[in-house]
Amino acid sequence: MQYSSLKVLENREISRNIFKLTLKGKYEVKPGQFFMLKSWEEPILSRPFSIYDKGENYISFLYEVKGKGTEKLAKLKNQDTVKVLGPLGNGMDISSIKGKVALVGGGIGIAPLVYFAKNIEADVDIYFGFRDEVYGIENLKCKNLYISTESGKVGYKGYITDIFNPFEYNLVITCGPLVMMKKVKDVCKKTATPLYLLMESKMACGIGACLVCTCKTKDGMKRVCKDGPIFKGEEVVFDA
Amino acid sequence: MLKISLWGKVFKNPVIAASGTFGFSREYNELYDVSILGGIATKGLTLNKREGNEGIRCFETPSGMLNSVGLQNPGIDYFIENELPFMKSLNTIIIANLGGGSIEEYVQGAEKLDKSDVDIIELNISCPNVKEGGINFGIKSNMAREVVKEVRKVVKKPLVVKLSPNAENIVDMAVACVEEGADGVSLVNTFKAMAIDIYKRKSVFKNVFAGLSGPAIKPIALRMVYEVSKAVNVPIIGVGGIKDYKDAIEFIMAGASLVQVGTANFINPFACRDIINGIENFLKEEGINSISEIIGIV
Repeated sequence: MQYSSLKVLENREISRNIFKLTLKGKYEVKPGQFFMLKSWEEPILSRPFSIYDKGENYISFLYEVKGKGTEKLAKLKNQDTVKVLGPLGNGMDISSIKGKVALVGGGIGIAPLVYFAKNIEADVDIYFGFRDEVYGIENLKCKNLYISTESGKVGYKGYITDIFNPFEYNLVITCGPLVMMKKVKDVCKKTATPLYLLMESKMACGIGACLVCTCKTKDGMKRVCKDGPIFKGEEVVFDA
Repeated sequence: MLKISLWGKVFKNPVIAASGTFGFSREYNELYDVSILGGIATKGLTLNKREGNEGIRCFETPSGMLNSVGLQNPGIDYFIENELPFMKSLNTIIIANLGGGSIEEYVQGAEKLDKSDVDIIELNISCPNVKEGGINFGIKSNMAREVVKEVRKVVKKPLVVKLSPNAENIVDMAVACVEEGADGVSLVNTFKAMAIDIYKRKSVFKNVFAGLSGPAIKPIALRMVYEVSKAVNVPIIGVGGIKDYKDAIEFIMAGASLVQVGTANFINPFACRDIINGIENFLKEEGINSISEIIGIV
């Protein structure tokens, strides 16, 4: 973990309201880890973003413009600087993954899964659901790619959970809206397929000190930023 | 130059990490050597473990943030056994922040902490986020009197009372705590506040209210420290929205012997370190030989 000022190499709108931000920096990052980013004085807090891609001398993020922080992020130009704290969170040791893996993502939740796909050695099938436009899947490394859109613009018309069946997989990793992850959890429970969830939360410190980003689990409240963001499927308690 | 001795303890500088923003110091110690701090206040501790509040716990507001953590902590026994040894291995003053729901709970917690290796006990009668978190003791000075009196009986270590800005009268409150034996007061905790989700037509927080902190509260906290410093003759720890060395010096000039830095740690993870360096540079530039020369100078 380090705290640095990084230069913007690229900040481009790749789909409506969806941006790809690339920063110049050299990092070792495990899939599922994230960084706290800030390029403003107000609002006062940084924003957490999962790693989307990484090269020898850069790290990339996908983000959706949703509020005051991401609105300011969207205005960044090449050579502007961003305060970056990370990498943070548990991340996953993927070297032990064997057999067939399914990555199930919804909306901007696909971002960390693309980095999983890039790094997992085992066979990976991808199930990504979008509302209308499809984004972030160039250079995607996988065996089979299944896409759904709610509008029917690309792929299956409906939700990705309509066409996802965990039956043939040894491991499932999911990230996206809570309602989607809950459905994935339910179907994985039926087939007893091991599942990992990538949780999202508003954060303040990002390093595990302030306890504002907790997630309800069977073992009590856990910190998304430090104990997560990756949690075992059976661990997370979804409120009805 | 920055050193200050209070309650028989030597603080290497006046900057303390505020309770609830620094955990038990392990996380920030991964970023920098937190032994450079004057002191560290622990996450609010209660006699028994608490899971804290459900639902959203954090919401940003202009120049500030609302939190509704609800005193999530592992309990005093766990703290003493598993967290305190690490904190004591750091070369800094350790302040145990103690919350409670009843006088008995405060007293039992205080007894345990007084027997432990913590340097100072900070009695938290000001957490706005749990019904039994002590806020009730922090509103009315006659309630505060009761709890401070009983806790004082069992505490030999320095006892500082952390005051709530929600007190009916913060000056009367401070005077009452000192009359009952407090060795110092720290002020202020967060302001009871709220935010509404206009689409859901309800409070953002399950608990309805939350505590406001950050730069937004600084001018009010500063005024309260100034007023209290004119009314009591015990050391004051100033806290509330301090984000840089200038803010810290304002609190010191208003009468605080020490300052606590809280939300600023989230704004800049190196805030405490930067504030310590900033104060030192300021003293040099202004030709001030010791920080004690400017305490309460305004």
